[in-house]
Amino acid sequence: MTLPTILWGLAGIGTLISSLRDRKRTIQALKTSLKSFRGLLPVLMGMVALIGLILAALPPSLITKVFQMHSLAGYALVALVGTVITLPGPVAFPLAGTLLKHGAEFGLLATFITTLTMVGTVTAPAEIAHFGKRFTLVRQVVSLVLAISIGMIMAVLL
Amino acid sequence: MKNLKKWWLFLAIAALDLSGWIWNPDLALAAGKSSMDFLLEIAGILPPVLILLGLFDAWVPRKLVEDHIGPESGFKGAFLSIMLGSLAAGPLFAAFPVALSLQKKGARIGNIAIFLGAWAAIKVPMILLEASYLGLRFSLLRTGLSIVGILASGWIVERLVPQPGGTA
Repeated sequence: MTLPTILWGLAGIGTLISSLRDRKRTIQALKTSLKSFRGLLPVLMGMVALIGLILAALPPSLITKVFQMHSLAGYALVALVGTVITLPGPVAFPLAGTLLKHGAEFGLLATFITTLTMVGTVTAPAEIAHFGKRFTLVRQVVSLVLAISIGMIMAVLL
Repeated sequence: MKNLKKWWLFLAIAALDLSGWIWNPDLALAAGKSSMDFLLEIAGILPPVLILLGLFDAWVPRKLVEDHIGPESGFKGAFLSIMLGSLAAGPLFAAFPVALSLQKKGARIGNIAIFLGAWAAIKVPMILLEASYLGLRFSLLRTGLSIVGILASGWIVERLVPQPGGTA
């Protein structure tokens, strides 16, 4: 059984159980899903196009080299890219999977994913508007340190 | 117009690919092909994950937990914040209004940071997605380390950021 089969199966069973218990709520849930899909689509398609072009234009050895830089500079570089770009998990993981296939290292990928999802210069203005500069700065800096530490620990453990 | 703006990256790269067709057809073709491969891979996985996230969102009562992460909540509150954040659906910017309403209902500032961190980095259905691309070991280990780290970040935020009374 492949993963898409499992996931579609789970989604189907979940929807079935949910609609047996509460039809209206299930429709609401599926609307939420559709809405997040619509929201993701532009970013997703942009990423798909960008990855396609990068993989075609840059020699794989170069990309691989960045994600194999086993030094503090390597982690800092990967974290910087992940900080500037902010991607939700559903887009970040396929991207990381592609990098893995090209030989990227686990530790750097962990740092990359964590900064992609947790730290974001793009979402920072919204965060400041809601919680203030101080909260945003402290949370993002701590998350950045966290991302690099997680990557380094995982590089040792995996 | 606003919708078109969101598509800028896709449109820009599509235009680049198309213009590349003229002077380097091989490159444009390779770019199109690797994009298609990537897209097909995503198509099998992303829609069911979003359905599961939607169901989680519909069935996990927010109101119930809102009362449990206030100033007196301690470790239990931190734990609940992680659960709450990791069960919700949507991108990080969707979490801000939710977190703000939690804060207005009396959630402590450290728990807000924990909630946002968990929302961004930990999702139960997303663990499956991550595992499918990077392996279960990677996914579980990263999740475990993230939980520890997010709890620590809540502790730090709690100490460095004043509890908003008049500011919020």
